[in-house]
Formats: sequence, structure tokens, C-alpha cells
Amino acid sequence: MKSLIKKLVETVGPSGYESRIREVVRAEVEKYADEISVDAMGNLIVKKGEKKEGGLKVMLSAHIDEIGVMVTHVDKNGFARFTTIGGVRPHTCYGSRVRFLNGTVGVIGGEMLENANHVHAIEAMYIDVGATSVEDCPVKIGDVAAFDRPFEDLGNRLVSKAMDDRVCAAVLIETLKNVKNSPHELYFVFSTQEEVGLRGATSAAYSIDPDLGIASDVTMTGDTPRGIKMDVALGKGPAIKVKDGGMLADPKVVDAMVQCAQKHEIPYQLEVLLGGTTDAKAMQISRAGMPAGCVSVPTRYVHTPSEMVDINDLNNAVKLLTAFISETIKLE
Amino acid sequence: MKNNEILSQIPEIGEAQIQLLEKLSNAVSVSGDEGEVRSIVMEEIKAFADDVRIDALGNVLVTKKAKVDDPLRVMIAAHMDEVGFMLVDDEGEGLFKFEIVGGIDNRQLVGKPVLVGKEKLPGVIGAKPIHLTTADERKNPIPLDSLRIDVGPGNSKKCKVGDRATFGTRFETWGPSLVGKALDDRLGVATLIELVKHTPDNIELLAAFTVQEENGLRGARIAAYSMNPEVAFVLDSTPANDLPVWDEEENGRYNVKLNHGPAIYRLDAGTLSDPRLINHLVKVGDEFKIPYQFRQPGKGGTDAGAIHKQRGGIPSVSISVPGRYAHTAVLIARKADWENTMKLIFASLAKFNRDILSVDR
Repeated sequence: MKSLIKKLVETVGPSGYESRIREVVRAEVEKYADEISVDAMGNLIVKKGEKKEGGLKVMLSAHIDEIGVMVTHVDKNGFARFTTIGGVRPHTCYGSRVRFLNGTVGVIGGEMLENANHVHAIEAMYIDVGATSVEDCPVKIGDVAAFDRPFEDLGNRLVSKAMDDRVCAAVLIETLKNVKNSPHELYFVFSTQEEVGLRGATSAAYSIDPDLGIASDVTMTGDTPRGIKMDVALGKGPAIKVKDGGMLADPKVVDAMVQCAQKHEIPYQLEVLLGGTTDAKAMQISRAGMPAGCVSVPTRYVHTPSEMVDINDLNNAVKLLTAFISETIKLE
Repeated sequence: MKNNEILSQIPEIGEAQIQLLEKLSNAVSVSGDEGEVRSIVMEEIKAFADDVRIDALGNVLVTKKAKVDDPLRVMIAAHMDEVGFMLVDDEGEGLFKFEIVGGIDNRQLVGKPVLVGKEKLPGVIGAKPIHLTTADERKNPIPLDSLRIDVGPGNSKKCKVGDRATFGTRFETWGPSLVGKALDDRLGVATLIELVKHTPDNIELLAAFTVQEENGLRGARIAAYSMNPEVAFVLDSTPANDLPVWDEEENGRYNVKLNHGPAIYRLDAGTLSDPRLINHLVKVGDEFKIPYQFRQPGKGGTDAGAIHKQRGGIPSVSISVPGRYAHTAVLIARKADWENTMKLIFASLAKFNRDILSVDR
């Protein structure tokens, strides 16, 4: 699991530019898939099994894109101005390093602040790739980069720039490997462009047209010093989403997941997230609508270059999802 | 088709096209009430289209069949609506409170002549003159609810709450420049009309003249759903902020520049353009030596934001004619940029084939 996560998180793949990470995932899932396709949005769709008696058509989604930056202008001295892809917050940028799709590494610097206690606005920062002019600058307008930080294994706790949502891609990959004799027709979607508005899952949900939608994504925690008030902590199990900023999970899905966790003695938490949302929102309101829910991985420091998760939560998320989709799902 | 054949078939921007643009720019067609531009479009395209339909929201959906078997079905969208105003309260004597439709900066309103309603009755957005304002008042923009459209008592009974209004600017050409109030996106509409008249043989053209782009890409959304194309191009106008900056530092926030050719989109608030289509446009631009530029990635958006998410996803990209002072009373564009936009879209369509989409995004 750890080596899979390391491989996934260290691959560059900001929203809209997921081809490389998609190939990494494809190599992992090929052996276990009945059918594999890539759609117009670049979603990798892995089909497994046929619908048997009492079974459903189930879409599971974990997004493979990550937040990043795009160059807007290279000035005459070779400094690259940039805009953000997805929810990049200014205070995480200054001093960070980024890696472009072409391999170029850059450092984010900023203009002098009038008040050193203030945070640089995105517009007041630039990427320094070591160039001295437009001509010798290895990047140009429109080039894309992700934050660059090595994967760190702290024992139970793992740290990386792209736990959101590569850990859940890993969870889906492991779930796909584990699941046997499911009554369901399963679609594992490794979705694109989640960070810019659930765009990949929107089109995937339309074309798959499932009976049930389940996302797997990271969620915040309330277990850090003077952190947000939230009853989710690292290491206490995967979080079964009740609501977030964009979706009220179907209560029947929540109940079914809770019962499944209890039956199999898998630790779990209930998640009420005030901001943010997941691919489950896009699924829930696709076409005529569908029951939807989400299994979340508690994550500290979301959308910073050092997102932290607990390996036990990941293993238990795999157990929960595997158990959940291996049995008939009662949604009455 | 050989490249020199393609070049010879590219529609020209001559006197007739400029006159059509003038007619389109002068029409009043605020979001939700696009009838006047729709009539012009219908009149222009009816002799050339294989099928024309006006849908529930008022989009004009045109099919132009290809001259080959199993052609690629390509949607091209340009929006007919423009930003403007709606009268919301009749205060008598020809004075009307109004709301803004689409995105207009309050500070652009004061003192501007406007045209109100289907009869295009003249009015003005008046305000207290400098003689009577205090220094403090002049520091702040006048809020919308303190402004009125004044049509005068003579026409007061001909205007009513719910009528739309636009800036009163009449189209002109100034040397190499095209000047008008609604060139966003009548330039795209005029380009698309030419494409319906002169379509490359290899594609089935699905031309969507859309409504309600300026208030949320609403027309394009349903147009893309019903047309269900394999690929989509959007023709729009994007702001040029290319004036010199005050301290003679480099202008790094120009968005696009006049006279630098059509602007290709990579990222805006609604869309991450399909890289396969960006690469195709770039390749064609280079091959045919058509100048082009990249719009600076950032905010804003086009109909592509709605189109690319329809159904199972539709590969999409936008191309804009640059224009200074967008969403004000006057937009200035360059004829050369329009011509090069026409060349780029025509040649890119003529060179398009399914192989481009056969590799994964």
C-alpha cells in the first residue's frame, strides 16, 4: 500500500492534465478489470463484473487530478507569473517548489510586502525557474505544474503533496483487487478535473448511468491544536460522509455503510464537513438523480504541500468499501 | 484537401461582412431577449443551412451536412446575447430604475446614452453634474440604485418595466479598427454565419447561435445537449488589457493583445480546454502562418464551460477575437484579428479528423 501511494502521489497530474497519472493507475488495474476505457474528459473507467440478482450498477469514483498552477506570463527577466488550478491558497505558495509537466522545477517567490505579516496575493508571486530572460526560460504561457514535495513515511502517518485524492485512488485500486463474487456491476472511475468543479465525474456519471454512486475522497479533521471544530480524527477509521458543502448523502446509503462497518467490525467515523464537496455531488444530481454517498479518508493540512493521512484509515477504507460492494446493498 | 485549396476557400472579410457586423452590433439583443439578432441570423443562413431549428430557450441550431460519408460532427457556438440593462421600476416622467444584465462595472454607466426596448428609444443614464457634487461624492462610484435611465416624458409611455436596454453606441470603423457596443460576441456570430455559408466539406457543421451566455452559459448548455457533437469550438470575444502601464514596467496582465491574432484558451474559470484541440489549433496556425496568441489563463469564461460537461463529455476549446474595453459602451477590435480568427477556425476545421481524438486526452 505504501509503495503504491508513493508512486501515485509523486506523479504530476494537475486538473486537465491527468494523462501521466492515468497511465500509472491503468498499469495497476489492468489485470483486474473486465473492461477499461478512457472518455472524452480523460476519466479512466474500469468495469468489473455483471449485475446479478439483487445487485446494482455501482459507480465508485476517486479523482486522480491534483491542484496546481499554470503560467500566465514570463517576464523579460525570466520570472513566470501564474494562476491557480483548483483550490490553491496563497499562504501555501511562497517558498514552495513546483514541478512542471516537462520536468522543470521552480521556486515560488514574491514581491516585497509592505507589511511582512501579510500574505502574498497570488498576483504578487512568481515562479523562479532559474532563467534570466524569456528566451532561456524553459516554461511558457499555459505550462502546467504541480507542487513538488517528496513522499514521507512517518510510520503510521504518511505525508505528501497529493494525498488528495491519490490515497483514495489507491483505496479504489486495492478494493478492485480484493473484490470477488460481487452481485454488482462495478465501475471504478478514476476521475479528472475534480478540483476545478467535479467535471470529470459529471460526464462519467452521465455515461455510466449507475443505480448508486459512491465517491472516495479526503476530508478534513478536527484533531489538531486549535483546529477547526470537526468530529473527525486521523487514525480512527474511514469517515462515512453524512454531509458536506455540496451534498447531503443519502441517509439510506449512510445507514447501509454504518451497518456494514459494524457487521465487519471495521472502525469508522461519521463525517459532517462544512465546506468542500466530492464527486458524489456530481453523481447524486446526474440525469434523474441517484442515491449517493462517500467514504472519506481523514486528512490533515488539505491543499497544502504536506497533506497527512494515517495508513490504518486507508486499510480500513479498503476493508469497508470491499465489504460494502461485495454484498447486496439494502437501500430501503 | 490541400493547403492551398484550403487557403483559397477561407471566407474573406470584405465590405459585405463589415456591413453585416454593423447590423449585428447595432441590434439590441440583451440576454433573454435575443430576437433581433436571431432574425438577422435566420435571414442570413436560411439559404445555406440543411436544417434550422429554434429551441425552447431561443438558440438557433443549424445543421450543415458534409460532402463526405461518416463526417465528424462539429459544434461551433457563438452567443447572440449581449450585456445590458432591464427596466425594473417606472418612476414617471420617463425616469426608470434599472438592473444590470450580465457583467457591467457600475462605474461605466454614468452619462452614457442608451437605447430602450424594441423600438430603441433613446435615453441616457444621467447623474448629478460636477457643478453640484462635493469632493467626497466624487471619490466613490455612484451605486446602481441612485442611477436612472431617463427617456424623457415624450417616450415614457412607450417604455415599460421589463424592457431591455443597451448602450447606444453605433458601429463605426476607425482605420484598422472595428468599434461598436456589442462586438462581444457579434464578431463570433458574424464569423459563424460565414462558416455556415462557407463550410469545409469534411465536417458536419452544427452551428449554435446561443442565447443567455452573459448570464450563465444557459443557452449553450441545452444546445450542446441536443446537438450532442463529437467536438466543439466556441467563438467569442475576450478583453485586451494591452495598454502601457503607468510606471513603464512590463505589462504582465494584458490578458490578450490587439493585432496579435486570435486568442486560444487553455484555462478559464469554466474550462480546461482539451489539449488535443489546443495542439491542433497551434499546429494549423504554424502550418498556415496564421498569427495566434494564448489568452492568459485566468478568470472569465465562454460557452465552452457549459458545452464540455454535457452528456458524456465533449472535447472543447475556445477562440476569441481580442477587444479593448469589453462590457463597456465601446469595444474596439482589429479587423486583422477578425480575419485571422476566420482563417484559423476555417483551416483548423478543414484539417480536422477523428485521429486527433483517437488518442486519449
